[in-house]
Amino acid sequence: MIELTINGETRELDVAPEMPLLWALRDVAGLKGTKFGCGMAQCGACTVHLDGRSVRACVTPVSAAAGSSITTIEGLSADGSHPVQVAWQEENVPQCGYCQAGQIMSAAALLATNPDPDDTAIDDAMSGNLCRCGTYLRIRRAIRRAAELQGRS
Amino acid sequence: MGADRIWKEIEGLDPAVLGSLGVAASARVRDDGVVDAGVSRREFMRLSAAIGGGLVLAVSLPGCRDAGTETGGGLAVTENAHGTPMPEGEAWAPGVWLRLHPDNTATITVANSEMGQGVRTTLALLVAEEADLDWNRVRVVQAPADEATYGRQGTGGSGSVRTAWMPLREAGATARAVLVAAAAAELGVPATELTTEDSHVVHGSTGRRVPYADLLDRAATLDLPEEVSLKAPADWKLLGGEHVGVDAKDVVRGRAEYGIDVEFPGMRYAAIARTPVHGGTVRTYDATAALAVPRVREVVEVPAVGGDTNVHAGIAVIADDTWSAIRGRDALEIEWNPGEGAGHSSEGYLEAMRVGADGPGAVLVNRLGDPDAILDGGGADVLRADFEVPFISHATMEPMNATAHFAGGRMRVKAPTQFPNWARQATAAALGIPVEQVSVEVSLIGGGYGRRINPDYAVEAALVARQVDGPVKVQWTREDDLRHDFYRPTACHRLEAVLDDEGYPLAWRQRFCTPAISATIAERIDEEAFGVSESDGGANMMYRVPNRSCEYTYLPSHITRGWWRAVHTTHNTFAVEVFLDELAERAGIDPVEYRLALIDEYTLDRPGTSPRFPRSAERLRGVVARAAEAADWGRSLPAGRGMGVACAIDHLSYSAEVIEASVEDGQVVVHNAWCAVDCGPVISPNHGRAQVEGALIQGLSAALHERLTVEEGAIVEGNFDTYPLLRMREAPRNVEVHFVETDAHPTGLGEPGLPPAAPALANALYGATGRRFRTLPIRI
Repeated sequence: MIELTINGETRELDVAPEMPLLWALRDVAGLKGTKFGCGMAQCGACTVHLDGRSVRACVTPVSAAAGSSITTIEGLSADGSHPVQVAWQEENVPQCGYCQAGQIMSAAALLATNPDPDDTAIDDAMSGNLCRCGTYLRIRRAIRRAAELQGRS
Repeated sequence: MGADRIWKEIEGLDPAVLGSLGVAASARVRDDGVVDAGVSRREFMRLSAAIGGGLVLAVSLPGCRDAGTETGGGLAVTENAHGTPMPEGEAWAPGVWLRLHPDNTATITVANSEMGQGVRTTLALLVAEEADLDWNRVRVVQAPADEATYGRQGTGGSGSVRTAWMPLREAGATARAVLVAAAAAELGVPATELTTEDSHVVHGSTGRRVPYADLLDRAATLDLPEEVSLKAPADWKLLGGEHVGVDAKDVVRGRAEYGIDVEFPGMRYAAIARTPVHGGTVRTYDATAALAVPRVREVVEVPAVGGDTNVHAGIAVIADDTWSAIRGRDALEIEWNPGEGAGHSSEGYLEAMRVGADGPGAVLVNRLGDPDAILDGGGADVLRADFEVPFISHATMEPMNATAHFAGGRMRVKAPTQFPNWARQATAAALGIPVEQVSVEVSLIGGGYGRRINPDYAVEAALVARQVDGPVKVQWTREDDLRHDFYRPTACHRLEAVLDDEGYPLAWRQRFCTPAISATIAERIDEEAFGVSESDGGANMMYRVPNRSCEYTYLPSHITRGWWRAVHTTHNTFAVEVFLDELAERAGIDPVEYRLALIDEYTLDRPGTSPRFPRSAERLRGVVARAAEAADWGRSLPAGRGMGVACAIDHLSYSAEVIEASVEDGQVVVHNAWCAVDCGPVISPNHGRAQVEGALIQGLSAALHERLTVEEGAIVEGNFDTYPLLRMREAPRNVEVHFVETDAHPTGLGEPGLPPAAPALANALYGATGRRFRTLPIRI
């Protein structure tokens, strides 16, 4: 049994310590918002927060997440009201939407440490997240909009 | 489902598909907007009271039964943008496009698959517009595979809006007409005094507003009108407006259900080791180590399925979670019979294709005048260039997967599929059971771009599920996905031309060689038919050349090929548009001016092209001019930068792009892009712009990065470390999308933005560097 704190809730999971957090979240904890894309930290679809820092869940063993506060897309806000989630809708960012949970988690982590990122900071923070639909231009706009929304609140 | 029909449907080569447009063949829209159905509307629309209250308008597309078959339930339901929940306790009524509920909400069924193109939003908008529904109180429901009810549900070939344009608007208009008739009876006033808005009938002089919900009982007893009027575009309230996708709210909260998220109760997880060489078989295998992996339960063989299905032979490991299944799979010891493709390699293909493009093609696709006499006659100054592109992968962010359960002789499959009916029929055929005993439900699709047309992954999951107790989800890894895709094939083109005294082409010849996409599923090798397919964007280019020809040579390959976004125009447009720039340069004429002068009705089409959508020189010139204008073409550029233009007709739409690029520190930098597209009216401009932006980015990704290598018959690259996709920092800083809206039947928008990207970039880089780039991906 491994004890994990996921979205503020303590969960006991009967998994091997080396199981990647991604699969523990999806197949064992039943939190399917975090997505599988590559399994080797190349695409960012599985991005979650460990103590507010973005990590790739596909290469993070559950043992490394124990003791940390894990936040997934389901826990980013109770009702979809996080500025990044709001901005993502206002800019109509998602196309297929599959990578967007990871994109949103990366963007939220960026804005938590840099509340007003310029284009270079956005590109640097987001270039680990692939989007095959090509929503990059809207993601940039949405991050700037989220920064505004965050600044206002 | 015949393979040839599928191929022709997807590629728009089937006159029956293009001709029908989903309306009765005799239907016409008169100048006053009235739809004259030609046949009685009652033959294909039916109004009835709904179980549990409400009104149901069922519409059958012509040629289909109007009573659906029960296909096994399980519906993808989306709340509306305001979170209105789905009413409970209502039975599913197949074939229903529109259902009005007693709480004055509405449900619209979408039979096409959502993969990011916004079809669940745009098709629902068509119904809602004509029915004057309150868009905030509309829910969208996903139809299961049911060809008898929904007609051809296949989502591909940028055809959803094109085919839904008439029937879905007519369905909405019919519902509206019946509700107005019911209100007229209810209020005792003439129907002509009534208008509709936001799911209400309004009586202008008294200001009375009757919710549709209050009219449903009476409406259900009325006859359908013999004719209905469609709105003039000036009266649209929803179409042409800015809308956020109906699924966006769920996506940003991680609540949207993709194939990978599907859960059947008691489900287990499978990973499969597939033959590395396509067409290979299992010689022997030892599952001992795999079965020793904790949480691994079972190992079963997956038989190869040939024909048009293309399931690869493999060994499946079933476990309690995906990770354990993958670990078990990796622990299998397998010896493969590699099969006939073992000797194939990228280099071997290139060598063969270069030979194929070097002389007369095996097939003459078309010819005008006598180009050979001019090009081969001696004495002429022949311009000649060779173009080469590699195999590339769809690389959808959601790797392939499907969930299946076999019980009581019935197979239930849920999958992210673009062609659920093909998946259903191929599954039935592979299992040897009647198609009625197979149900296929459709989840959201985490990227399609043509990959999820093919039914292999759904059939494969069914083959595993039949051998085990309880439901199972087969999950592909990225490596599985990249190595067992249906690829955009590698191709070599030789283009040759002779210019006249004014610098315009007097003769033009295209000779190309590529493994045909359609040969992967075709019932027989038909090189002439392949040549027609594969030459889209080349043989049918719209440039005026009095002597021109296109010749094709087929290259056999065991590597499975499929429809990558924009399909054949990806490589034909690259070759044609870069070569055209070379001709313009030789002529000393500006590339935009050169194109505008050469685009002409004086053209040559491919055999068998539908006359329903004649190609318009004016529309192609229109997008070229608009893109050039937006880019301020001809202005002076910062040192080291170049600007390039390219255009294409793709999936019946017109598209042009101007790209501004440079090379900095040995890297290509794409600064700006200006896109102009004419697809007729744009239903949802927000989604439309997104499609063009995305197509441009995907085109740039292929132009700059994407290449798969075949060695000893197998695909080498397995993940994004060796098959990189374009990343955000490489995306242009500024992309503008302009629609040239013409009064035409709407045509495709998912793909047309793609083909000009690579040639426009190559042409821009010529301006920046003085070097011609004729091989993809571009290597500086």
